[in-house]
Amino acid sequence: MVGLSQVLQYIMSGVTVGSIYAIVAIGFNIIYGTTGIINFAQGEFVMLGGMIAVTLASFMPLPVAVAGAVLLVMLCSGALEIFIFRRLRRPSLLQMIIITIGLSIVIQEVALHIWDEKVRSLPYFTGNECSSVRLLGAGLSPQVFWVLGTVGVTVTVLHGFLRYTIIGKAMRACASNVSAAQLAGINVANMRTLAFMVSGALGALGGCVISPITMTQYDMGTSLAIKGFAAAILGGLGNHMAAVPAGLLVGLAESVSVYFLPAAYKDAMAFAILLLVLFVRPHGLFGAPEVGTSSREF
Amino acid sequence: MLSGVAFVATVVGLQLLTAATGRGYYLTQLTMAAYYTTVVMGLCLVMGYAGQISLGHGAFFAIGGYTSAYLTTLDLSGWAAKGVGLTLRKAGVLVARQDLYGGECLGVTPWLAFAAAVCLTAAVAFVIGYPALRLKGHYLAMATLGFGLIVYRLVLGTERLGGADGISSVPAWKILPGLDVCGRSVCRIQNYYVAFALAGLTLFMVLNLVNSRTGRALRSIHGGELAANAMGINTAQYKLKVFLISAVIAAVAGCLMTHYNGAIGPSESGAMKSVRYVALVAAGGMANVWGALVVGGALEFLSLRGCFGSADHAVFGLILILIVALVPEGPLRPLGRGVVRLFRAVTGRAGA
Repeated sequence: MVGLSQVLQYIMSGVTVGSIYAIVAIGFNIIYGTTGIINFAQGEFVMLGGMIAVTLASFMPLPVAVAGAVLLVMLCSGALEIFIFRRLRRPSLLQMIIITIGLSIVIQEVALHIWDEKVRSLPYFTGNECSSVRLLGAGLSPQVFWVLGTVGVTVTVLHGFLRYTIIGKAMRACASNVSAAQLAGINVANMRTLAFMVSGALGALGGCVISPITMTQYDMGTSLAIKGFAAAILGGLGNHMAAVPAGLLVGLAESVSVYFLPAAYKDAMAFAILLLVLFVRPHGLFGAPEVGTSSREF
Repeated sequence: MLSGVAFVATVVGLQLLTAATGRGYYLTQLTMAAYYTTVVMGLCLVMGYAGQISLGHGAFFAIGGYTSAYLTTLDLSGWAAKGVGLTLRKAGVLVARQDLYGGECLGVTPWLAFAAAVCLTAAVAFVIGYPALRLKGHYLAMATLGFGLIVYRLVLGTERLGGADGISSVPAWKILPGLDVCGRSVCRIQNYYVAFALAGLTLFMVLNLVNSRTGRALRSIHGGELAANAMGINTAQYKLKVFLISAVIAAVAGCLMTHYNGAIGPSESGAMKSVRYVALVAAGGMANVWGALVVGGALEFLSLRGCFGSADHAVFGLILILIVALVPEGPLRPLGRGVVRLFRAVTGRAGA
C-alpha cells in the first residue's frame, strides 16, 4: 500500500518536471502560432539556458547569471529567425521541419564543443541538496517551489502580455490571420522574430530553474522537445494556456509510470503518451476537433 | 539499362581501385556505407516521392538487426536435445555454432531469423504507419520521432537485448556455400559485393516502383493529397504501402549489416541515425534515388572513415540546413546543369 506522503512525493516530482514540459510546450505554441513552424530545436533553448547559466554563475551572482543566460538565449533565438527563417522563400512544411531538426543537431554539437559531455548543474537557489521542506509528511526540495513559482509567474505574465499589451495582441493577430494582420499595419516579420525571442527566453528560464534538480547536459534537448510537443498537442496546438495542465499531465504520467514500469522505460512512457494522443485525439484534450484537422498548411 | 551498367562498373571499379592501391580495408567502410545507403534509398521513396517524413527509420533498421541478432545468438541446446527441438534441428531450423569459450550451442538459423526480422518489422511498421500516416506534416514527424525514441529506450533498457552494450558475437550467415556474411577479413571482398548487390537491387526496385502506377500515385500525393483523393487515388493505402516497403528495406539492411559486423548496439535506433538518413535523402535531392545513392554512399563512407572527426554529427546537421535552405532540389542537378553548360561552352567555342 502506498502512503499518502509517497503519493504526494510522486505527484510533486511529476508536477515539477511537468511544469518544464509546459514551458517547452508554450514555447512551441508561441512560435507555431506566429510563424507556422514547429521548432524542433525548442529543447535546445532549455539546454542552452542551463549551460550558459552554469558557466556565468561561476563568476557572478546567481540571479545575474540566470538573467544573463535568458538574455543570451533570447538574442540567439532571435538571430536564428533573422538569419535563417526570414530568408527562406516560400518554404514547404517538410523543409521547415528538416531545417529546425538540423538546427537542433548543430546547436547540440556546438554545445558539446563549447562545454563537454559532462553533466552540470546550477547550485540550488535556496538551501542545498539536503535541505527539504516537509509537506504532509513528504520531503520536498525547496527548488521544487522555485520551479513551480517561476513557471506560475512566467505563465501569468505571458498571458497578460498576449492578452492586454498592444504587442501581445499584434502577435496573436499574426497567429490568427497573417494577411489581415499585415493589412492592419502589423510588421509580421518583426513579430516572428519576437516570437522566437520570447520562446527562447522562456525555454532558457525553464532550463535554469530545473537545472539543480534534473541537471543539464548537452543532449537533453531532444527528449525535452518531444515531451514538450506531447504537452502542446495534448493541450491543442496553438492554445497557449492549455499547455500548462497538459504539461503537468505528461509529467505526472511519467512519474507515476516509474511506479509500475522499470525506471529505464520512463521516457518510453512519455513518448507512448505522445503517440496515443496523436493517434486518438490530435486536436488535444481541450480543443475542438476542427482545430486539429484544419492545421495550417504552408 | 545504361545506368545499370554504370552502377555495376562503378562498384567493380571501386573494388579494383582499392585492390590496386592496396587499400583493401576501405572495403569495410564501403560495405557499411552500402547498407546505410540502402536505407536512405528506401526512405527516399517515403520522403521524396510520397512527401511524408519519417524520423523513425533508424528504429526499423534496429528492429531488423536486433531480431536477427537475438534469434541467432540464442542458446537452445538444452531445449533441442529431444522432441520438437530435435526435429527442428534435423530440419535445419536450429544450427550449431561455437560460443566464446569453444563450446557448442544451438541457435536459430540466420534464414529463419531474417524472415522473422522482416515479418516483425513489417508488422511494427503497419501498426505505427496505419495511424501515423493519417497525420500530416509536423504531427507525422513527431510521431515517427517518438516511435524511434521508444524503440531506442526499450532496446537500451532491456536486459535481454544487451542494454547499452547491444548484442555481440552474432554468427556468420552462410547465404550460399562459400558465401558468408561475416566480418572476417577473408570475406571482405565478397561481403562488399553482397552489400552492393543489395543496394543495386534496392535501386532497381525503387526506380521501378517510382515509374509505375504506384509512383505516379505517390507523386500526386506529394503534389496535393486532396486532389489525388478526388481523382480516386486511395492515398492512405499508397502511403502505407510505401512506408511498409521502405521499413522492410531498412530491416533487411539492418539484418545483413548485423551479420556483417557480428554485433549491433542501441545507437542504431537512436534519433541521430534516423536524422542522418533524412539528411542524406535531402542531400540527394529528395525525389532523386540516384542522388540518394551517390551522395548518401559518399557521405556515409567519409563519415565512417572518420573524415569529419568530432564534427561528424554537426556536418550532417549543417548539410540538412544548408541544402534544404539553399538548394532544395539537391546539389546534384544544379551541379550537373553547370557541367553541361560548361561542356557546351567549351565544345561550342571549339566548333567555332
